[in-house]
Amino acid sequence: MHVTVRLFARLRELAGAAELQRELPAEATARDAWESLAREWPALDGYTGSISCAVNESYARLTAPLHDGDEVAFLPPVSGGNA
Amino acid sequence: MRFSITDQPLDVAAISGSVAGSGDGGVAVFVGLVRDHNAGRQVLRLEYEAYPALALKAFEQIAAEAAARWTDATLAISHRMGRIEIGEASVVIAAASPHRAEAFAACRYAIERVKQIAPIWKHEHFVGGESWIEGATADPADERARLRALERACT
Repeated sequence: MHVTVRLFARLRELAGAAELQRELPAEATARDAWESLAREWPALDGYTGSISCAVNESYARLTAPLHDGDEVAFLPPVSGGNA
Repeated sequence: MRFSITDQPLDVAAISGSVAGSGDGGVAVFVGLVRDHNAGRQVLRLEYEAYPALALKAFEQIAAEAAARWTDATLAISHRMGRIEIGEASVVIAAASPHRAEAFAACRYAIERVKQIAPIWKHEHFVGGESWIEGATADPADERARLRALERACT
């Protein structure tokens, strides 16, 4: 299947692209999409435990199944946190 | 427009005016500013980046959470993107309610939740370098984080 990947902030800088096109096997999950990116850009791997993900502009779990034509976004930790 | 992501300067009066109805007795407004220091560094400016479609959904979720807790409160949330100079507003939250206690609580709750779950990042430019500011993983379903925001709003 074909998916569009969107990356933000430091992830975008590490991969050098805000948007990527990926071919993934049928029944791939968001996590599979992330792992394929981390293989290509090992610097992304440091974010594996801290990313959020969104599928078609809604927050989703990394276990979410992807479908042909989906847009999957990976988000580094957000800025907030301090009071 | 009660929820917005914009690259234009924020108009506090317009945002505040967008929530107040004839039955409201007050509007609590929080204006987040870019300050000139952070973590011991002299900050020169910030550059904000967002995932706009998802950020607007997060704002709507936050307003729905607040409406469930403070049923008479009305919220507006606006966040500015791009380059923002010291002293300028990066975020404005306005909460109107018939009584002030609910307005203050809903306003505080909303800014805490924006910081937790809005897909918004700041790139800090300081004397000697630049850095992305990364806090916690955004997870709108994290109930402990939501309760922490509620606790801060109600104390």
